[in-house]
Amino acid sequence: MNNNRNRQIHEITGQLKLIWKEPILFLFILFIFYFLFTFVVFPIFQVIKNSVYIGGRWDFSNYVAIFSKRYFIQPFFNSIVLGIYTATLGTIAGFVFAYALTRTTLPFKKFFRITATFPIISPPFIVALAAILLFGRAGSFTPWVKSIIGDYSIYGLSGLVLVETIAYSPTAFFVLFGVLEAIDPSLEEASMDLGASWGKVFSTITLPLATPGIASAWLLVFIQSMADFGNPMVISGNYRVLSVQAYLQITGMYDLPRGSTLAMLLLLPTATAFFLQKYWVSRKSYVTVTGKPTGATIKNLEWYIKLPIYSACILYAGIVLLFYGTIVYGSFQTLWGVNPTLTLKNYVEMFEVGKDYLYHSVLLSSIATPITGIVGIFISFLIIRKKFIGRGLMEFISMLTFAVPGTVVGIGYILAFNQKTALMPVVLTGTAWIIIILLIFRDMPVGIRSGIAALQQIDPAIEEASTDLGADSNTTFRKITLPMIAPAFFSGLAFGFVKAMTAISAIIFVVSGRWNLITVAILGFVDNTQYARAAAMSIILIIIILVALGVIQLLVNRVGKGVRMTTIIE
Amino acid sequence: MKEDFLELKELVKIFGGGKDIVTAVDHVSLKVQEGELVTLLGPSGCGKTTILRMVSGFELPTAGKIFIDKEDVTSTPPNKRPTAMVFQNYALFPHMTVSENIIYGPKIHGESSQVARKKAEEVMRLVGLEKLGNRSPSHLSGGQQQRVSLARSLIMEPKVLLLDEPLSNLDAKLRVSMRLEIRKLQQRVGITSIYVTHDQEEAMSLSDRVVILKDGIIQQIGTPLEVYSRPDNCFVADFIGKANFLETTVEDVTPDGSIIINLLDQKLSIPEVKKPLKKNDKAILVLRPESIILEKKKPDTITGVIREIVFLGNQMTYIVEIAKQPVTVEMSNPQECESFKRGEEISIKLPIKSLHLLPMEEEK
Repeated sequence: MNNNRNRQIHEITGQLKLIWKEPILFLFILFIFYFLFTFVVFPIFQVIKNSVYIGGRWDFSNYVAIFSKRYFIQPFFNSIVLGIYTATLGTIAGFVFAYALTRTTLPFKKFFRITATFPIISPPFIVALAAILLFGRAGSFTPWVKSIIGDYSIYGLSGLVLVETIAYSPTAFFVLFGVLEAIDPSLEEASMDLGASWGKVFSTITLPLATPGIASAWLLVFIQSMADFGNPMVISGNYRVLSVQAYLQITGMYDLPRGSTLAMLLLLPTATAFFLQKYWVSRKSYVTVTGKPTGATIKNLEWYIKLPIYSACILYAGIVLLFYGTIVYGSFQTLWGVNPTLTLKNYVEMFEVGKDYLYHSVLLSSIATPITGIVGIFISFLIIRKKFIGRGLMEFISMLTFAVPGTVVGIGYILAFNQKTALMPVVLTGTAWIIIILLIFRDMPVGIRSGIAALQQIDPAIEEASTDLGADSNTTFRKITLPMIAPAFFSGLAFGFVKAMTAISAIIFVVSGRWNLITVAILGFVDNTQYARAAAMSIILIIIILVALGVIQLLVNRVGKGVRMTTIIE
Repeated sequence: MKEDFLELKELVKIFGGGKDIVTAVDHVSLKVQEGELVTLLGPSGCGKTTILRMVSGFELPTAGKIFIDKEDVTSTPPNKRPTAMVFQNYALFPHMTVSENIIYGPKIHGESSQVARKKAEEVMRLVGLEKLGNRSPSHLSGGQQQRVSLARSLIMEPKVLLLDEPLSNLDAKLRVSMRLEIRKLQQRVGITSIYVTHDQEEAMSLSDRVVILKDGIIQQIGTPLEVYSRPDNCFVADFIGKANFLETTVEDVTPDGSIIINLLDQKLSIPEVKKPLKKNDKAILVLRPESIILEKKKPDTITGVIREIVFLGNQMTYIVEIAKQPVTVEMSNPQECESFKRGEEISIKLPIKSLHLLPMEEEK
């Protein structure tokens, strides 16, 4: 006992000594902690505080009100129901695609992969816009659908489930693709060799081994669906969900405590799902147990297995293409559903009205993205390679924004930065800085995660060799580590830029008259039923993102490591 | 014992299409008797694993046929073939215990849990896994995982057992003991087996017959002794054990078929030659390092000069220059043998039985 204590003390003093020898590193660590506390923890703390501490004293009346009236608590259940449906359908879609791409001889794999994952590089609510153009009151398919299923409305739960499934199934796909690819095909071959049919191989080997991955995918899509703001804002109709209700409380009613309380209700299930995913499900993975894969896969599938899988892929890819095709087509129409004459006026008007938004989006994203990338890689380096007190805490906080819905963060930012505080002695609200900072800290977990993944694959001995030859931490990081993790850095950069350009749920709280972004503008056009103009703007946004990804790809090629576009987007 | 229990007929496997065509297996024919253990041996990329995967059904041959017990199984899917494979990385199901792994096959075939468990107990006793049934594969050592993999295949009582480099993931010592164990087990059960390896020592010690492959083509089939002492070509001679190659010319062919060659003015008569040779043909004399005997210099003998000496404890290796070509000579039990100094001129004795002559191959 005593020994143990001494050992602990010894370890801590040892770590302190190490830090003392590298004062610059120590300063960096302090800086990072300051930023993490100010821009991640403090805003969330503000939301919690505002929901229970009103007018200078403890006040639980908002919780009491919400839990006592069915009308107030309904959005909570609505969000959860929506999350469950979306997560289930999105995971099924993602699994079928991942299975088809890893285990069958599906032709045009690249095409299917790009189509199925395309929603990831567009603002999610573009799918909702397409749904309105196709199935809304003046939708192209509305009369046809009505003749089959009778009167219906796309506004509501079913419409939401449809669009969110399309928008978030790529998340499930990426998780499951990784999992299925990592399952050693020789396991399935061994099962088949022992006499199992395709069905048996699937049910006794593939599915059980993929189960932790499936659970992960389900939880991640559930979080995204719960936290989604854009789609419900556009298409939820009378189906009230938490993210939209919290937003309306704050921007419509100026009721910050009530909005904060709703945000807390949103945080509860998403944070639970996140920690379940991170600390429980991901530990159950079998994927790493087996040896090196042989690279072979089961290819000789019977037609009655291929047929449904291929049909599902074709159908789903068709739906995605239809939705995005509709946006393109819609962007050239004079007035959707009324005057189908093709015109360029939407684009002309869009540039007149929207060029400032566009410029601001590109400018602020371009400032935020490299900072996200660099800080993200640096934090992942500290977490994986350095020993210091508070390392676990640093990892926890930097991953926290992943678990927290954008709505909660957005509300937290207005609460935290509309006044001077000890942590932040200037008012940030209304400035470009608050947007940049929000973008940085919202997207940072992506950079950290790809950095961690890359670092874990590099033998520490390589870095030790550098230290052994006399380089300090700083030099080793710059000269050895950074070049080796450059591909991960660029893929983090690419993803960060995409996320920054398509961000809406948190951003909508911090934009101002002076500094506004294109996603917010598009949402505004949709709200005013200016669908054609919104479509044109969305197309421009997607083109900008594609061009930026192309530029980053070129940079990656320059660096020399052949990371493909598809891997970048992941 | 049935002849031709397993038969491969003119098997061809071509991978890729268009310009990137790789012929992995090139007209391979092989007959294996019941109860025999045949090893496919060759360097990596020689097509040995591809042949195994065609026998198990995971690859379909581009051309050719496969028969097991007189039945054409060429297009039978892997789950319907009477074969069982031991995978290189064992491929144990990580989400099942050891016994669950082993009874997986019988259960797939609809056997009751009771029967399957009973069989599993037997097999586990056979491979020495009695007390490990409830363990998870990840908690086993490499050797134990190997046994589970073997047990999982054996319980199926397959007509042909396929082993794909089963020992390559084990450390050297374990590899030696496991290969003896596998051989004993195979003989006890009497199961027809195809064993793939790139380790010639493993192949020699295990097999009834060895099939040596290079670039998808069979180089030689024979017992370990045959392929070692009478290799069909230089590749086999070099791949199996160590060999010295000395270029020479046929001086004469005697009426009884012996071949006379000239080595440093000394005539050597070689009684038995596999491939026909004519007078004045260029030929290669294959000399195993351990078959050469060095002696103090005597007149009228083949002579050479010691260039290099390496002492390895259990043997002494000399590099001797003979007819301007370096020849490796290994002498076992060095304490008992005569020792030589570097630069010393010595005589060389070549026992007739260990001489092997090959026609000079034209470079393909």
